[in-house]
Amino acid sequence: MALILTDDQTQLRDSARDFLSEQSPVKALRQLRDSADADGFSRPLWGQFAEMGYTGVLVPESHGGLGLGHVEAGVVMDQIGRQLCASPLLASGIVAVTALKLGGSAAQQSAWLPKLASAQAIATLAIDEGGKHRPQRLATTARAEGEGWVIDGAKALVLDGHVADLLIVAARVGDAGTGLFMVDARAAGVTVERTVMVDAHNAARVRLQGVRVGADAILGTPETGAATLAATLDAGRCAAAAELMGLADEVFARTLDYIRQRKQFGRLIGEFQGLQHRASALYADLEISRAALIKAQQKLDADITTAGKAVAVAKARAGRTATTAVQEGVQMHGGMGMTDAFDIGFFMKRARVLNELWGDQHFHQDAFASHVGY
Amino acid sequence: MAEAAPVVADDTPELAAFRADTRAWLEANCPPEMRRPMTSEEDVCWGGRKFRFKSPAQQVWLQRMAQRGWTVPTWPQAYGGGGLSPLQGKVLAQEMRALNCRSPLNSFGIWMLGPALLQFGTEAQKLEHLPPIARGAIRWCQGYSEPNAGSDLASLATKAEDCGDHFLVTGQKIWTSYADKADWIFCLVRTDTANKHNGISFVLFDMASPGVRTQPILLISGASPFCETFFDNVRVDKRNLVGTLNKGWDVAKYLLGHERQMIGSIGDREAAKPLGLQAAAAIGLDDQGRLADPSLRAQIAEFEVDEAAFRLMMERAGDLGRAKQAHPALPSMLKYYGSELNKRRWELMMSVFGIDALEWEGERSHQGDRARTWLRTKANSIEGGTSEVQLNIVSKRILELPGA
Repeated sequence: MALILTDDQTQLRDSARDFLSEQSPVKALRQLRDSADADGFSRPLWGQFAEMGYTGVLVPESHGGLGLGHVEAGVVMDQIGRQLCASPLLASGIVAVTALKLGGSAAQQSAWLPKLASAQAIATLAIDEGGKHRPQRLATTARAEGEGWVIDGAKALVLDGHVADLLIVAARVGDAGTGLFMVDARAAGVTVERTVMVDAHNAARVRLQGVRVGADAILGTPETGAATLAATLDAGRCAAAAELMGLADEVFARTLDYIRQRKQFGRLIGEFQGLQHRASALYADLEISRAALIKAQQKLDADITTAGKAVAVAKARAGRTATTAVQEGVQMHGGMGMTDAFDIGFFMKRARVLNELWGDQHFHQDAFASHVGY
Repeated sequence: MAEAAPVVADDTPELAAFRADTRAWLEANCPPEMRRPMTSEEDVCWGGRKFRFKSPAQQVWLQRMAQRGWTVPTWPQAYGGGGLSPLQGKVLAQEMRALNCRSPLNSFGIWMLGPALLQFGTEAQKLEHLPPIARGAIRWCQGYSEPNAGSDLASLATKAEDCGDHFLVTGQKIWTSYADKADWIFCLVRTDTANKHNGISFVLFDMASPGVRTQPILLISGASPFCETFFDNVRVDKRNLVGTLNKGWDVAKYLLGHERQMIGSIGDREAAKPLGLQAAAAIGLDDQGRLADPSLRAQIAEFEVDEAAFRLMMERAGDLGRAKQAHPALPSMLKYYGSELNKRRWELMMSVFGIDALEWEGERSHQGDRARTWLRTKANSIEGGTSEVQLNIVSKRILELPGA
């Protein structure tokens, strides 16, 4: 398959670009932050996401979605990255939907996918626990009791945790199993603490103390949980990579604009070779990372269970490239880049969070080496 | 017993039939010796008047492929090509790779001059020069750089004096690849001293002409692939001017694009076994199955992630080209990144093989193959326009930065 967008995907990109730049420019995030908004995102905008079909981009048509794939989901995430738009799309529309599609029974899917597609409910994955992403070393446990399960543990960086209706909690089951449990965010024993983050996007810490769920709360079985979790995480990583690449492209465009206009020593600073070569090297990184991203998205659509290596390349590259882009962005904007009044710092903050989310470049380069066999 | 050609999902029925025919023909016609990995530079067939075939199989393989036009599969048949469509050409390359067929012919004529002649040459020039390139009968070299015109190539001074029906060429070229082994040269010469870029012409002449002298240059790798080349009143018939007088820079730029793409993809052609697995074999794994040198492992993984991403970029560049969406200066970015990547590969390769990679002579090290290749790669980011020149081009033509 060619590593370029089809005509339909290009149309989706153009309409998402127009919609998001009009409805949710970067200043919308600034307003959410400065007003200490209780939700941390715009509910009217979230409703519009449902009308545009974004919340259901991955949901099958039979459950009220568009039934599209990860290339299309990535096209929307890319535009979200450009505008730094805060929304539960990544957590709910991509990751939770993927977990339900891969692990959910027909009844579980019918109960939740239509609500997620129509933005009537928000769901999120609760996976990380310590300072680093280590999905294979979960401390949270679920033990069978009576007809159901009892869950104990603590989760961090639960995206949109304080506004979520449904938590999909990853927990260790016995010595070898991994379970994905659907937990009502308001259930007894669940404590949600909103964490105000550096990037002004939503996250929470969640404590689970003797939380009881029914037998029908587990997605699949403890034997299939690890595979479902791995594929779900790959979908999330790839979408995060798309947001990173959109963000990085936008920072690069803004930085080029700036060095084409800013004068010092009687010259435009963009005339200086010291800046030109760094800008050109960054351009190479952006293009190369984008090629890797499209490949990973196509692999997810072809077979989500075997896309791990391609996703590792895409997420590692996107994290590194966006990190370079925001650092060069701040540096080339000089003192202006350090001011809160200027938007460029918002991009740096968001890039830091997205790079850490579900594995940074070190995690994914390590994973790549293990995939290859060394 | 011939294997059946694989079924490729994207193939149309016509392409699938072509794939099957191609596989069958290659099975029947590619000698077994030509399906083993090359072990040294001597295994490469360069063709030309002075070339000595290393084996009868090498000669037979060239003849059979040339007869079919498959040394230059996508050139028109009238010029010795195979007349294949781009997609058929891609299938042939895939099938040759699948059967480990060696390239029947390496040639600057194929990679560089041919595309330029197809674009800028007259019908007579195409008919005279392209078929001998396709047959491997004439080997070409490229006369571009001069002692005082390296990165600033357009300042070249080798002059061609107009003498009516011919030019007299006088001057010096340097870094002329394999000039001592080549039969003909395509050469940039100054035909107008008042105009820098618009005073250059692109001419062809026989290296056996009176007044041509070559002197190989010994490099840090111990090899001498490049020469100094001297011209003293060399007579060049005017029918061997390619394109318009004083517009040779256009031809040169077009051709450099091809050269850059070629150098940029060098690492890709060489990439046989992943570096990490070579390291695993040389250094060993710990009890967790990880390379027993964690710091080196991390560096190799970072490199291989970049290599994988770059390979996808090369694929995407082809797709963008076919969709007419590629920026014309994209090869400069690819050349920059690909050549820097290959240098990184060989720095890591030297770390992986350590002491064993340091021997310069003797059978054990295949005459210092690793050390010599490592040193050779240092030229990748110099030849065909330095990395810095490529970044200048990206700045100016793609990013449209001021004053670049």
